[in-house]
Amino acid sequence: MSKSGKVFWHILRRLSQGVPIILAIVVLNFFLLNLAEGDAVDVLAGEAGSATPEYMAELRAKFGLDKPLPVQLLVYLKNVASLDLGYSFRHDMAVSELIIDRFWPTLLLMVTTIIIAIGFGIFLGLMAAVGLNTWKDSVISVFALITYATPLFWVGLMMIVVFSIHLGWFPTSGMETVAAFYEGWDRVVDIAHHLVLPTITLSLFYLALYTRMMRASMLEQYGQDYVVTARAKGLTERRITFVHVLRNALLPVVTMAGVQVGAMIGGSVIVESVFAWPGLGMLAFESLFARDLNLLLGIFLLSSVLVVVVNLTVDVIYSFLDPRIEVS
Amino acid sequence: MNEFWSRYARNRSAVMGLGILVLVIFMAAIASLIFPDDPFRLAGIPLSVPGANGFFLGSDTLGRDVASGIAHGAKTSLLIGLVATFAAVFIGIIFGAFSGYYGGLVDDILMRITEIFQTIPSFVFAILLVAIMKPSIESIVIAITVVSWPGVARLVRGEFLSLKNREFVQACHTIGMSDMRIIVREILPNCLSPIIVVGSLMVATAILIESGLAFLGLGDPNIMSWGFQIGAGRTMLRSAWWVCTFPGIAILVTVLAINLVGEGLNDALNPRLREGN
Amino acid sequence: MKHKLLDIKNLFIQLPAGADRQYAVQEVNLELARGETLCVVGESGSGKSLTARAVMGLLPAPHVQVTQGEIGFNGEDITKVNYDRLRQIRGSEISMIFQEPMTALNPVMSIGAQIDEVFRYHVNMSGAERAKQAIKLLDDVHLPNPEQIMRAYPHELSGGQRQRAMIAMALALKPKILIADEPTTALDVTTQAQILKLISEMQLASDTGVLFITHDFGVVADIAHRVAVMQQGLVVESGTVEQVLNNPVHPYTQALIGAVPSLNPRKARPRSKTPVLSVQGVSKTFGGGSGLFGFGVAAREVKAVKNVTLDLCRGETLGIVGESGSGKSTLARCIIRLMDTDCGKISIDGVQVNELSRAAMRPWRTKIQMVFQDPFASLNPRIKVGNIIAQGPVTQGIDKAEADARARELISIVGLDERSFNRYPHEFSGGQRQRIGIARSLALKPEILIADEPVSALDVSIQAQILDLLEEIRDRMHLSMIFITHDLRVAAQVCDRLAVMRYGEVVETGATADIFAKPEHSYTRDLLAAVPGKDWKVSS
Repeated sequence: MSKSGKVFWHILRRLSQGVPIILAIVVLNFFLLNLAEGDAVDVLAGEAGSATPEYMAELRAKFGLDKPLPVQLLVYLKNVASLDLGYSFRHDMAVSELIIDRFWPTLLLMVTTIIIAIGFGIFLGLMAAVGLNTWKDSVISVFALITYATPLFWVGLMMIVVFSIHLGWFPTSGMETVAAFYEGWDRVVDIAHHLVLPTITLSLFYLALYTRMMRASMLEQYGQDYVVTARAKGLTERRITFVHVLRNALLPVVTMAGVQVGAMIGGSVIVESVFAWPGLGMLAFESLFARDLNLLLGIFLLSSVLVVVVNLTVDVIYSFLDPRIEVS
Repeated sequence: MNEFWSRYARNRSAVMGLGILVLVIFMAAIASLIFPDDPFRLAGIPLSVPGANGFFLGSDTLGRDVASGIAHGAKTSLLIGLVATFAAVFIGIIFGAFSGYYGGLVDDILMRITEIFQTIPSFVFAILLVAIMKPSIESIVIAITVVSWPGVARLVRGEFLSLKNREFVQACHTIGMSDMRIIVREILPNCLSPIIVVGSLMVATAILIESGLAFLGLGDPNIMSWGFQIGAGRTMLRSAWWVCTFPGIAILVTVLAINLVGEGLNDALNPRLREGN
Repeated sequence: MKHKLLDIKNLFIQLPAGADRQYAVQEVNLELARGETLCVVGESGSGKSLTARAVMGLLPAPHVQVTQGEIGFNGEDITKVNYDRLRQIRGSEISMIFQEPMTALNPVMSIGAQIDEVFRYHVNMSGAERAKQAIKLLDDVHLPNPEQIMRAYPHELSGGQRQRAMIAMALALKPKILIADEPTTALDVTTQAQILKLISEMQLASDTGVLFITHDFGVVADIAHRVAVMQQGLVVESGTVEQVLNNPVHPYTQALIGAVPSLNPRKARPRSKTPVLSVQGVSKTFGGGSGLFGFGVAAREVKAVKNVTLDLCRGETLGIVGESGSGKSTLARCIIRLMDTDCGKISIDGVQVNELSRAAMRPWRTKIQMVFQDPFASLNPRIKVGNIIAQGPVTQGIDKAEADARARELISIVGLDERSFNRYPHEFSGGQRQRIGIARSLALKPEILIADEPVSALDVSIQAQILDLLEEIRDRMHLSMIFITHDLRVAAQVCDRLAVMRYGEVVETGATADIFAKPEHSYTRDLLAAVPGKDWKVSS
């Protein structure tokens, strides 16, 4: 079979593995709903009691709460399958609509973060490994070590203290200057201006992670036999580093990048709540205070699906990078 | 043991990390002696600058002593970090050991479960669990355990997979030894080193998760913690920088120390690599 | 003496502080002429590989470096030339091939790209010209379908093919010297014979000097013009192949050569007719099924053992010989019930045991025991030697004190110090560990002993001692033995009868002497023909 044909089957196979995982997460969601105090409708309506009694009754009928648990589960599955995640009275909006609305700011934040974290992480890790035991390596390693141990929210607050309050370079919160009614290019610049601090905050931890991984991975690859072969062939150290070692060293980092997306979504909850960035994380933070558990479950579901999709994408990229992958 | 220590001590930053960690543990142990009062108690004039009004590290909006909060918070962080890690390692060992040792269908089922827990965004899941169970020290420990064990399970499974085909394990089969005994007495002791290393690093992660939860207002309302202090102080960031700054440094230093110790353990227990070219 | 290509004078290579000795290599003097093959022979840790690497300036600096002496190459001293010149020499004037071609090739780069690099970094050629040259090279080393191999990745080739590709790469620019560091150690004998032939062929074509590192005197006998024997970093003896192999002067060389088992089968011992173990129509297949939630992609099925029938008579030693993948180890593991058979019958003393439940099998475990190949993997590093040996009897319900007493007795029988009882395995050398493994296998007083390549991980001198020990305990304890090996020399000295396996099947059985004298199956003939050094030391 041709390479592309193999990759196609590989993707299909991975997709088929992703579906049960998503299904399992939906079921888990259902049980979490049941775990919460009161019946599911109390949770669905939001514990603030902002739902009308009529709606509550309607919901109970809709979810068949008088029926046995397996039937309830089936009803829940059906609802999720038709993208009906319930209604948020706090926001006076369907949960699915609300989530989609807030998805884009989070996506913007995540994509810029991933690009910065992976890009600089690989670069710094490479520099540290090439200059092993020099001052460059020491500076990069110490930087990564400290950043790796710093809680995100604290970095965010310190950024605000230094760059917003004292220096006044960047706005403290939000995604754009609402009162200014910018349009077109001006609006893009405004959003970018707001994006700087949240992105730096969120990317620092992952930057540290990828730097450490890349450095370790490069050093491991430098110790492999094929490097000796490459030297014995008379290649330059530059060629050995950038062509032979780099490509092999990237493989585990790519895998890691996929794994870390889930964690990064968690990080965005914190960063968004620190900078009042109007994304899913901020929404989750708000729903915590409103005790709008149903909304929280919806966000949880979407972020899980997102992770499955990203993992799949990373897998496909990986199968192109590593010829050894068994795309049987 | 001596040999272990001499290998550990070769990594100077690991020794430094151990020193800092001992100090933090010491601080947690004597917190109630030097700050006998409840850290939530109003101890004096609100928003005192560090050094003023008898507050070594200042006071917050309600006049609570930041230094006292940090000392008492150390107990919370270390306790939650350790308990959650032990629980996660325990669950992870069980899943990983059976999965790796028996393989086949057992492995398939256990690993699919692990995969689901690994796919779920861990911090969001932890938030959800604590929110549903109501914030308390138990719910926080449970949440951190639930999101942390899959990593250990993967690791232990990998170790078991490679060790179960080693000849010394086959030799045990040829004398008719039982599976349980092989798992517990023959294989497990041989994968303790990587478990200890991963476990020590997990304590650091658990402390970070705990502080994040407390920062979002999901801490146990009756227990002082670093994350709570920062969360409570953020509204006054403009006028009282110290309320957020010092607990943050406490987290940073503690987590850094644990990470350094973890790396030191790695060097001492897995003496390979570490050579440049 | 022809023109000296390589002239190593008084070479010292220093090891980092804390190593077991100060110098990896001391006062080494070696010479190599055009068209000549110099074999450097030695056991592990003799410094032979580091010497080879020093010639290419490939020592792992800064920990290991040349501190004295010179490496003369065509009038230049390699230890003194600058980096650019060294780089120029590597790959074009001196090149190297390695033991493990799988790890020596970059796993994510195609073979074509890896050969191409050699041209790109040494000569000025157009891309098309380079590709043409590379294809010709692959053809020269007799790889089928060179165009396809160009695009292939290392993992898609077999071990022998990978080594051919390595050789093509090394000889791309017709270097003056080829350094071969145990290039056939990881290969099967028949492949080894082909690779050795290829190296000689290529050497002849361009009058290359070959510096060949090996531990195998058979290989030396086949290819060397001159030999240097190394021990603990010193060259203890050197000379022409005839001098060194047939009239060794240094006691170490004499001991090494004396330890090489002769290909002349020893006399078969009188054989009893009662089978103690019988194997009838046994098969074992691996893989096949797909994962529980998989997409139904079946793993590749491997028929490891196909319909094997064998008898082991009381008191005899049956050798099972074959190359890797022949199924000999799988068969052994089926016999001792480390694996379940798919079909067929395995009986001990006339009782079928391969379908007994685990519990019912337990008492039978005492009848049959195993000695494993890898002395480092076969002992649990966390358990004391005494307990490792006593474990079997204790598990079988024997009193701990009695089991310990038996362990102590066995420790002395296998020739270890009695204090070994309370030590951990890591305190012992490979040969000593193998003695511990043998003691463990005897603790249950078995009737049958399966030895799975028990000496293949050991240096030749240790190998001889372990074989002697096995011989001694076999007689002393009246053991019947199944001896699995890939080494026909060892088989000739140990086994009364042989079974030759290939692709999971037994292709030939018979008395050892008969099989060596007149092999019937063509594969057996190939195997015998491929034994290195078969024309040397036929009668010793």
